Amino acid sequence: MTLEELRKIAAAEQQTQQKYGHRVHVCIAAGCLSSHSDLVKEALRKEVLESGMQSDVLVKGVGCMGLCSAGPLVAVEPEGTLFAGVKAEDAAEIVAGLDSGAPAATSCPTDVPFFERQQKIVLENSGKIDPERIEDYIAADGYAALVHALAEMSPAEVIQQVLRSGLRGRGGAGYPTGLKWTTVAKAGEERKFVICNADEGDPGAFMDRAVLESDPHRVLEGMALAAYAVGAQQGYIYVRAEYPLAVKHLKTAIRQAEHMGLLGNSICSTRFSFHVDIRLGAGAFVCGEETALLASIEGRRGSPRPRPPYPAEDGLWGCPTLINNVETFANVPPIVRKGGEWFAGIGTEKSKGTKVFALAGRVANTGLIEVPMGITLREIIFQIGGGIPEGKRFKAVQTGGPSGGCIPEQYLDSPVDYESLAKIGSIMGSGGMIVMDETSCMVDVARYFMEFCKSESCGKCVPCRTGTAQLHDLLAKITEGTATPAELALVEELCDLVKHTSLCGLGQTAPNPVLSTLRYFREEYEAHIAKKECRAGVCQMHASGEVMP
Amino acid sequence: MKTPVRVKTLTIDGQEVGAREDQTILEVARENGIEIPTLCWLAGLSPVGACRLCLVEVRGVARLLPACVTRVEEGMEVTAHSERLAAYRRSILELLFAERNHVCSVCVSNGHCDLQAIAMKLDMTHVHFPYQYPRLPVDASHERFVIDHNRCILCTRCVRVCDEIEGAHTWDVIARGVECRVITDLNQPWGSSESCTGCGKCVQVCPTGALSEKGRSVAEMSKRRQFLPYLTLMREGRR
Amino acid sequence: MSGKIRLATVWLDGCSGCHMSVLDTDERLIELAQKMTVVWGPYVDHKEFPPDVDVTLVEGAVSSQEDLHKIRMVRERTRTLVSLGDCAVTGNVPAMRNPFGVDAVLQRAYLENATLDAQIPRETIPMLEARVRPVHEVVQVDVYVPGCPPSAELIYSVLSALVEGKEASPRARFG
Repeated sequence: MTLEELRKIAAAEQQTQQKYGHRVHVCIAAGCLSSHSDLVKEALRKEVLESGMQSDVLVKGVGCMGLCSAGPLVAVEPEGTLFAGVKAEDAAEIVAGLDSGAPAATSCPTDVPFFERQQKIVLENSGKIDPERIEDYIAADGYAALVHALAEMSPAEVIQQVLRSGLRGRGGAGYPTGLKWTTVAKAGEERKFVICNADEGDPGAFMDRAVLESDPHRVLEGMALAAYAVGAQQGYIYVRAEYPLAVKHLKTAIRQAEHMGLLGNSICSTRFSFHVDIRLGAGAFVCGEETALLASIEGRRGSPRPRPPYPAEDGLWGCPTLINNVETFANVPPIVRKGGEWFAGIGTEKSKGTKVFALAGRVANTGLIEVPMGITLREIIFQIGGGIPEGKRFKAVQTGGPSGGCIPEQYLDSPVDYESLAKIGSIMGSGGMIVMDETSCMVDVARYFMEFCKSESCGKCVPCRTGTAQLHDLLAKITEGTATPAELALVEELCDLVKHTSLCGLGQTAPNPVLSTLRYFREEYEAHIAKKECRAGVCQMHASGEVMP
Repeated sequence: MKTPVRVKTLTIDGQEVGAREDQTILEVARENGIEIPTLCWLAGLSPVGACRLCLVEVRGVARLLPACVTRVEEGMEVTAHSERLAAYRRSILELLFAERNHVCSVCVSNGHCDLQAIAMKLDMTHVHFPYQYPRLPVDASHERFVIDHNRCILCTRCVRVCDEIEGAHTWDVIARGVECRVITDLNQPWGSSESCTGCGKCVQVCPTGALSEKGRSVAEMSKRRQFLPYLTLMREGRR
Repeated sequence: MSGKIRLATVWLDGCSGCHMSVLDTDERLIELAQKMTVVWGPYVDHKEFPPDVDVTLVEGAVSSQEDLHKIRMVRERTRTLVSLGDCAVTGNVPAMRNPFGVDAVLQRAYLENATLDAQIPRETIPMLEARVRPVHEVVQVDVYVPGCPPSAELIYSVLSALVEGKEASPRARFG
């Protein structure tokens, strides 16, 4: 494959698509699929056939359009109209209105902040291309970066672009991606690996899932570029078995890319070979921790080991291994295509580019969004998210899942970047963002996340295994109204212990939801203990009197 | 024969010590008479850094590091004993005592138990976390040995000695978090295990009374561990 | 310190082995008696726990409603409360019923193993608590003396420090 040939495929595909006067995009990613968008797609197809419009109207399945709460979503290009909450029986009205432009009952405005305030890099193709057709990806400039890099750039030059872009790991910790690549590239060994961490497990988070379902080739291209840059020959995508659609689309994508010579042996007739295989995770949250993930791929029990040595030096089967998150890899093709400087021009001084968030909870527009780094939490929640429904009051926003924290109203104007979120007691995390209003009890939220960490702890190190269990019991007592002030002190002591003595990130960050809610909502804890009162009305308090443990 | 080993100089608790570059902080500390407590570590087995008792402070590093797996570096300034570390170590021990049912007075290993001895050495006077009192089984199906999960601290010494030294890999760990348990074969009674060779190494390396020989009464189970460094040495010699 | 200190001993859920071990200090008791008076406990015959006790040695875990009532009262009237022995410090053998629950224990003791007139007593003996607890989970404890039982030497060293008004920090193992 040469750049020339790639452009030919792209041109042919574009031409085919432009033949149609209307291209009807139906989201078939997990969110809309769960409300039967597959039936909608079939109904639309049937309706087009029956109206004899098949030569003018293309119905195609696409990935996530973002506004998941309003699904199933249907978009019509080139008009750019959108229909929400579409059922199979709405197909006739939509198809009938294609030529006249008459609005339908399910019409949904697109000139709203939800769409206008977003900036899409990772999700640029999401909701536009058919994730099961490589030609569609190529028509959207797909694989141009890889083919160009193989022909024109040295591995060092690829790394240089990534370094220049300022891209940082999107898995949560924010380690500079270019530095990681440099370390692996420098490692002397023959055999090296590139691993895509798709073990997304934070409650309420579905960023990686959407990317894999909507635009799998982008991730493969990012991995191939990484492999070329660091000198790896084999790649693995470690993806949860609970994401069957993502797995299916990935498998299709790998097969197609291999068929076109964009993966496999002698890619683009160069000496560069790169194979990608899928490894399914069995649903252990801790396997998102990189050393546990490595153990799992090696066929061992998924428990973390102490670092150093870091996987970049001593990874899969002892070989230097590059592990990046889905979203990190998805950022790489446009960086190589458009240059590191372009990417560095977006975002803040230390956090470049955009971030995908799964906006969930008590917010009007729940769904998947991509925003430039540096945007404020207020803009995300009240403009893009449309604010809190039912006239309720905002209380807190949780970022970073079980490793993150709850941010109260006074910090809503903080910019979203790695450092600012850390300063106010939370983390960027992988992109989960849960909005809570006055009907949420912060103690109960802390208890919920601790329950999650307790059951997801691998059990290897003592503080995480037993400390999270103790913490959960104590928090449960507080939510039942049977705890004492001394027990609250014990909670704080355990948080400090678990945070500072646990082996891996799971334990080290498990106390964060408790610490951040204690920092901003301490009076709620105290009300539960002293007055047996849950102002949010969530916790069922035990009647007074001695309650035995 | 081999590449020359470099020597590193560092300080542990203010004491200047020399070490080979391939040594861990724990090894060097012990060579120099500086006591760092451990439970999961055992000479001759691969270190796992799981018990967290050997955590030390290293100047310039924000995190605490497990001495058993952390290699020495030139100019390292290690603090192995501080008030903060002592408090953490005591709390970790207390968490272990609270996790399962460690009733020293009626235990076969009373007086010969690493957990009990370290608790005393680190001045653990009592357990200030709530006891969990889980209900756990005892498996006495093996003809010579017993496993009492009430006494197990999940150090995985048995798992490692069986895998790394005996080569049988009869033991492993099942489940997650506080639900974890060591198991034989595919979680079947020890007596029906087909991979177990009956060598008893697991029993000897177990730090508590979780693994014991049948026929031992309270305080009668003392363990013999001298064989491990010897076996390791012999194997290395053969290579 | 002038005069003798007022010492009490309490026997909660334990085997009385710790009280025996106190007696095992043998002739050293005579020396200790110069500096302390035993004002309450199984060794003496006073009916009411007096106020203003300097040191109370507590043997046993908190198992019944009576234990609970007693230890709270004792705490109120005692300056230095000593958890004596593993039952008081850890729950020890009495707490071995905790994983099973109180119903299972009563069932086993009074119904399954009874040969005559099997019934669970409800009136004449104190009700059992749902869980056996070490003393410090119920009231504040000042000194912990582990051991099952603590050795006479250990008890002597603790008592001789306490009668002098000094801090006692015994080092001994459980069991």
